[in-house]
Amino acid sequence: MNNRKVELFVGLFVALAIASMLVLAMKVADKGIAGNGETYNLHAKFDNIGGLKVRSAIKVGGVTVGRITNITLDADEFTPVVTLTISKEYDSFPETSSVSILTSGLLGEQYIGLQPGFSFDDESGILQDGDFIEDTKSALVLEDLIGQFLFSKSED
Amino acid sequence: MKALVSLGASTLDRIAALGRATAILTGALFAKPTPMKSFPLVLKQIYVVGVQSLLIILVSGLFIGMVMALQAYTVLVSYGAEDSLGPMVALSLLRELGPVVTALLFAGRAGSALTAEIGLMKATEQLSSLEMMAIDPLRRVIAPRFWAGVISMPLLAIIFSTVGILGGHAVGVDWLGVDSGSYWSIMQATVEFNQDVVNGIIKSLVFAFVVTWIAVFKGYDAVPTSEGISKATTQTVVHSSLAILGLDFVLTALMFGTY
Repeated sequence: MNNRKVELFVGLFVALAIASMLVLAMKVADKGIAGNGETYNLHAKFDNIGGLKVRSAIKVGGVTVGRITNITLDADEFTPVVTLTISKEYDSFPETSSVSILTSGLLGEQYIGLQPGFSFDDESGILQDGDFIEDTKSALVLEDLIGQFLFSKSED
Repeated sequence: MKALVSLGASTLDRIAALGRATAILTGALFAKPTPMKSFPLVLKQIYVVGVQSLLIILVSGLFIGMVMALQAYTVLVSYGAEDSLGPMVALSLLRELGPVVTALLFAGRAGSALTAEIGLMKATEQLSSLEMMAIDPLRRVIAPRFWAGVISMPLLAIIFSTVGILGGHAVGVDWLGVDSGSYWSIMQATVEFNQDVVNGIIKSLVFAFVVTWIAVFKGYDAVPTSEGISKATTQTVVHSSLAILGLDFVLTALMFGTY
């Protein structure tokens, strides 16, 4: 086996590995390396976040605009506080926007649906980095629904 | 009394072996770098260790991806969740099977060969001859093989995962009729580059380090008889497999344990 042939095969081997890496980056894990870009944070208080997790999606009309980056419990009010990290591309949500915790499909994972509010010309501003979204709807917890249903049945 | 003595002796043996292994590693790694001389040697070893392992990696990656798609499909379809086939195949390959199976195959294919080669060099006193000629066998023989293993295995693991995902696509989409769009798009929505791909590569690097170290040490430390070499080769495969599986649990717990 002469030297040139060894070099050729090692070169092919490394090229194959790089090609595989590109497939993994582009096709398997989409927008992996580059595409995070600049983001800003909003906060929202819920009564109950159900099965929401860090890295769950934030969607506006089905389009993913960001991800949840932090979930903590407010020490005074004992309510969960969720940090929404949203891409800078979408930085003009009115202050009257509302968020609700939704489920994709019957058994799917939970995500946050952001419903942009109406913007009146002067009266309401735009959500800035660090703002709290006031209008929130909690997650539907299946056990609570069943409990309510049974309770109302037993009253009849 | 006798049992205590043998326990003590075997413990001391093990500690001494660990010390010798570390001495070999430091001797091979921490030396004045001579890139002009050592680069062709490493290249030759990457050919032996990496390129010649390519076929077994390609074939097993393809078939593991295909089998996993087939098995997962039969379970998922009963919940109407066959669209989740893509993320299932991709995540298990990237996080676990890619690094682990590659490392196991590598230990069997390349690790045993390394041990046998170095052990035979020792038995035929080639290593002593090198020392006679004032060439450090740690740097001339051990170091290139070690680096070649550490470089090759992550590359092999990447290739393994990619081929497996393509094999899963072949079975899931082309044969079983999962929608091609949802196979890729749900996979893309689930797999995260830093979390899954990079952690898989880190795992594979750790395995590469451990497997190559064990293989090189067992060869260098072998009793220079035919029986000793056969024992060393067996030990390489057994010890590396155990180390891979044990370390895999630790690494998985550290990387993905909180999710």
